[in-house]
Amino acid sequence: MKVAIIDYGSGNLHSAQKAFERSANESGLTASISLTSDPDLIRKADRIVLPGVGAFADCQAGLTKIVGLIEVLNESVIQKGTPFLGICVGMQLLASRGLEHFTTAGLDWIKGDVQRIEPNDPALKIPHMGWNTLDIRHDHALLADIPTGVNGLHAYFVHSYHFSVKNPDSLVAETSYGGPITAIVAQDNIAGSQFHPEKSQRLGLAFIANFLRWKP
Amino acid sequence: MLKARVIPCLDVKDGRVVKGVQFVNLVDAGDPVEAAIAYDAAGADELCFLDITASHEDRGILLDVVRRTAEACFMPLTVGGGVRTVEDIRALLLAGADKVSIMTAAVQDRDFVRRAAEKFGTQCIVVAVDAKKVSVEGEPDRWEVFTHGGRRATGIDACAYARDVAVLGAGEILLTSMDRDGTKIGYDIALTRAIADSVSVPVIASGGVGTLEHLVAGIKEGHASAVLAASIFHFGEFTIGEAKAKMRDAGLPMRIET
Repeated sequence: MKVAIIDYGSGNLHSAQKAFERSANESGLTASISLTSDPDLIRKADRIVLPGVGAFADCQAGLTKIVGLIEVLNESVIQKGTPFLGICVGMQLLASRGLEHFTTAGLDWIKGDVQRIEPNDPALKIPHMGWNTLDIRHDHALLADIPTGVNGLHAYFVHSYHFSVKNPDSLVAETSYGGPITAIVAQDNIAGSQFHPEKSQRLGLAFIANFLRWKP
Repeated sequence: MLKARVIPCLDVKDGRVVKGVQFVNLVDAGDPVEAAIAYDAAGADELCFLDITASHEDRGILLDVVRRTAEACFMPLTVGGGVRTVEDIRALLLAGADKVSIMTAAVQDRDFVRRAAEKFGTQCIVVAVDAKKVSVEGEPDRWEVFTHGGRRATGIDACAYARDVAVLGAGEILLTSMDRDGTKIGYDIALTRAIADSVSVPVIASGGVGTLEHLVAGIKEGHASAVLAASIFHFGEFTIGEAKAKMRDAGLPMRIET
């Protein structure tokens, strides 16, 4: 299996690659994991991952700067149905619009806006930073065999903005921080996690393995 | 529910772990990557590397340590020390750091915090504040920002500074009491609470941990979101597991997965 992690100048690509390699090894999957911005390599991939650390507008600008990238994503993910995972800002880029600093158009693959977290308790700190548990809203293959709920495993979050999805059917899991916060979105062959699976130890490696096995 | 974090900090010099008592008398405490792997397995919530290599030219050694750590540990890693430019931040993030801690460069040019946050997002910009009490007996408590390992006063009020950098884009404040660092008598709780209550971003308490009760106090009384310690963990006085169990027993929400 060929996995393409898109390198568009954002984020902790090295750790994402290593986590995917570890996860594939531990679950006995043969996968070659490449960091690439080459549209041809992305076109040939069996799994596409869009990581992201940084500001929404900066990441979006990084994506559009690579000639042919948006086109190949549309072709592979939307037309061909290649399984896709966005991580953190990479997940937020799936939205219609990002409202961080100023309004920026997203890929608009999953309807909704990325907006500032506004916890109901003003004493709560922003960013929502650290380990939190997941509450399932819809069963999904990406969460197979992962203990969730208050006594479940933890995922690592670092973000000040979150994806407010328009269609509740796209909402797979939330976490709780002064109110519900979107943790996982999915629609057809497209999925995204607000948390960093590559930094979430046990939960993260299991989540990545589920993505590699996913047959949407 | 979001959990309180326990963060072991490794002072790294020329690619090796050291821990100074009040930033002098350094002793070698081993290989940072080995230590990182051990902390990862022990359930540390994050790791922090503080590079105290004197020369900026030796940066490659640190990047290599970060790279090897990120290959082996699937947990968040903050790296600080000598970060002066947007290029420094990019290099660390590309090597595998998740957050970058800025200190002197932010004191000298606060707008650097804004530029860094706009480029990489507030979530990966940590501003390290080294603070020392400057008020005398009988005066209301007041702390100032110090640089150069606590040797150089800046005349800047620590609370006002923390508020400023948080507004400019710091996603987190790493607060070290220079009076307490290396003393093992506990965090400066009054300082920690003054800063934590001044800013809307998470504060990591640092400097002075000697017992597990100190960790509890940092969160409960100091209102910190995370506690950082070095020597109590490095020299095996306490394990991460013991620390988290103690904090849980004190009623704090902890991530305990074994």
